[in-house]
Amino acid sequence: MKNTRRGLWLTLLPMYLFTLVFVAGPLVYMVVLSFLQRDESWGVTANFTLQNYTQIFQPVYLQTFADSLGLALLSTALIVLVGYPFGYFMARLSARGKKRMMLALMIPFWTSSLIRLYGWIIIFRANGPLDQLLMGLHITSEPLRLLYTYPAVVVGMVYALVQFMIFAVYSSAEKMDWSLVEAARDLGASPFTAFCTVTLKMTLPGLLSGVILTFIPSMGLFFIADILGGNTVVLVGSLIEDQLVKAHNTPFAAALSVVLMLMTTAMIAFYRKVSDVKELEGLL
Amino acid sequence: MKKGRFRFSYLYMGLVLAIMYLPILLTVIYSFNESRISSVWGGFSLTWYRQLFRDEEMFHALWNSIVLAVCSCLLAAVLGTLGAFGMTRVKSRLNGPMEYLSTLPIMIPEIILGMVFLAFFGLLGLPFGMLTLILAHTAFCVPYIFMLVKARLVGMDPSLAEAARDLGAGEVRVFFDITLPLIAPAIASGMLLSFAMSFDDVIISIFVTGVNVNTLPIRVYTQLKTGVTPEINALCTLMLAGTVLLVALSVWIGREKKHAPKL
Amino acid sequence: MDQPVLQLQNITKQFDGTPVLRGIDLCVNAGEFITLLGASGCGKTTTLRIIAGLETPDTGKVLLGGEDVTSLAPNRRGVNTVFQNYALFPHMTVAANVGYGLRLQKKDKADIRTRVEKLLELVQLEGYGKRMPAELSGGQKQRVAIARALAVQPKVLLLDEPLGALDLQLRRQMQFELKRLQQQLGLTFIYITHDQEEALNMSSRIAVMRDGRFEQIGTPAEVYDHPRTAYVARFVGTANILRGTVKRSGPVTCIETPAGCACAAAQGTPPAAGSTASLAVRSEQVQFSTDLSADGMDGVIREKNFAGGMLRIVLELAGGQQLVASRHGIDLPAQPGQQVKITWQPDHAVLVQDEEAGA
Repeated sequence: MKNTRRGLWLTLLPMYLFTLVFVAGPLVYMVVLSFLQRDESWGVTANFTLQNYTQIFQPVYLQTFADSLGLALLSTALIVLVGYPFGYFMARLSARGKKRMMLALMIPFWTSSLIRLYGWIIIFRANGPLDQLLMGLHITSEPLRLLYTYPAVVVGMVYALVQFMIFAVYSSAEKMDWSLVEAARDLGASPFTAFCTVTLKMTLPGLLSGVILTFIPSMGLFFIADILGGNTVVLVGSLIEDQLVKAHNTPFAAALSVVLMLMTTAMIAFYRKVSDVKELEGLL
Repeated sequence: MKKGRFRFSYLYMGLVLAIMYLPILLTVIYSFNESRISSVWGGFSLTWYRQLFRDEEMFHALWNSIVLAVCSCLLAAVLGTLGAFGMTRVKSRLNGPMEYLSTLPIMIPEIILGMVFLAFFGLLGLPFGMLTLILAHTAFCVPYIFMLVKARLVGMDPSLAEAARDLGAGEVRVFFDITLPLIAPAIASGMLLSFAMSFDDVIISIFVTGVNVNTLPIRVYTQLKTGVTPEINALCTLMLAGTVLLVALSVWIGREKKHAPKL
Repeated sequence: MDQPVLQLQNITKQFDGTPVLRGIDLCVNAGEFITLLGASGCGKTTTLRIIAGLETPDTGKVLLGGEDVTSLAPNRRGVNTVFQNYALFPHMTVAANVGYGLRLQKKDKADIRTRVEKLLELVQLEGYGKRMPAELSGGQKQRVAIARALAVQPKVLLLDEPLGALDLQLRRQMQFELKRLQQQLGLTFIYITHDQEEALNMSSRIAVMRDGRFEQIGTPAEVYDHPRTAYVARFVGTANILRGTVKRSGPVTCIETPAGCACAAAQGTPPAAGSTASLAVRSEQVQFSTDLSADGMDGVIREKNFAGGMLRIVLELAGGQQLVASRHGIDLPAQPGQQVKITWQPDHAVLVQDEEAGA
């Protein structure tokens, strides 16, 4: 009996060790770094300071946080608008229809995000297919030059993340007992009321986890802003990258990361409290 | 009334799917474009594929990406599966916090992971390159496998293992005869997912890679950022073909799982 | 031969500080069919798991063939279990399931094949070897589970509510078949159920469990006709229990209740006059008459309903206590509200030990 217990502990050990060293370790180091002073050249000096955090409150950086938050909120809202009905409709398909739709969604899902992004570069490029189409239809008279604009970044974000929302909503709508909707209708609810009182409530866990799954990454996906937005859109993600790679200001990058991480973990904690679900729904 | 609504839902899903596939299809089409300027169609050509196959560095990056994805998804499979197994069997106060910690890498923005790994590996004095890439990728692959396998284990009837023990199997036999075959589909889909995530990752890789080690996504990313050559179109098309293959594989695994109890 | 196959000695077990077993003693002889009967949560499954080795008792000993196996792992015991939900390995064929234990014993492949075929024949599943468990019906799964446990030739077979998931008709049929198997193989069965009918039908002995203790161990006839305690009387065959003060003590003891005098046969030493005692009488033994000049206790018919092929009549005694009487047929002339006289033959009722003090 004792031996098997020890054996079972041994199975846990590799993951525990790995997690402690390569997940907890780096995160703790990040927190420590954020309180240290930047060295003149590359490194850091072991002087405690709060300066990195006070620096965040400079208007430039606050603006970056506000912009990131704004973009993430806008993208998430659009993703909900596009993804929720899709997931909902999908759950109402026949078993075969569901399977086929899953397959149809799988290919873009598994396709490299860079490839998919690249497709949008082609579309948005001045005199690209979109411009040609719009001008051909005489909707616009000259190229829109959408590439390297804010809307292009928003489209890229929505496009990159909408599938998480679809899967999350689908997986909770699929589990739903449709006879509840019928019961509500039977009791006199209009389709709209039935949807609001029953369907929406039942699919809320999926919707919430979809929001988490899209909102959190959207705060950090700097390469979308980089590629589709050029230098027009600066996000916290890009800021961290800049501070780290170009400015070599590791402590400040760490402080930015700590704040970003606090924001996202607070969201997850909130989600767990609200939805009472441990695993994020729809994460396959 | 009902029919009308259903037609609308079809139309809606069709439209969204069309938009989803549009950029992908365009990439494929333009990869066969003779013209260097993407907005002009210069006729069908395989020029860019020829150019791509002469690009040795690209092949190098591809090889790196494959090695990286295979190593990290295998490593993660071992760590995650054993961890999930142990956690369902050993009751400990550590389980909750450890579960939270080990799934944290996919719960926080990737940029943070990239930044902390860069700083931490620097602190440890590890040489940046394949080793650091594998460590970082394993860190975000473990959660996928852990979560999928654990869900499967929790849903598993505990009396199956007890029945095997009752019939004379020791703890190790039970694991290999009963538990492992039953969680194999979860491990497989977790590995597939990890592989895809690792193969696709740009953000973390950019931070932890060394000067001489390029992965395919990094190379594509830098090319996209600087000047786009149509060669990228060709590469993207080939990667897409690989993706379709992967999806087919995953469907096949899924089918296997569904049919197994019936055959 | 004289050596009991299985002995439990003063077994106790707690889960998180809650006592589940409070000192279990049991002695099982070879070839017996022992049923542990009790409501859910009485500790019967825990007892079985301790015998199987899936749990370790806090105190006490498990002896198998005279050998102490208390801390032996389940795979070294010569005791096998048929699980409640069958626990068939879903990724193995029926034949692989049945042969699993034999493969672990590293038996010869051809031997395993013939043995598996024999076992499938025994449980009437010839030709099902290549199927997967998911393709079987509940009854068939049950048979596979039994065959799998029998394959390793256990000294004792443990069955944890094996028929619980089956419908009534199939359950009756399987009861019969299990009994046949047990007799044919001369095996010792330890069987768990909460269904008293099942227990009375199949067992050579029944152990009625309550709150981690055995209330009574005896043959079905003993337990049914001479319940030792009020609980046993009520649980096995749902008897009526009446309490009162002993008026006349003797082989036939009479007790005084608010509704009049009630008599029953005493078991063992009759209680002293003046003390409190309970008697149990089964519903089919309760007679009543609308002739109010007859002898008997006073009562009123409260309700009557037809259930399970019998007419159930609820009678309320003067003083408020209720009695259930049952009759064949679907109706009787007497109506609810009617005054009746209630009697039974004294030897059709027994004195039982009271419920726990205060109950």
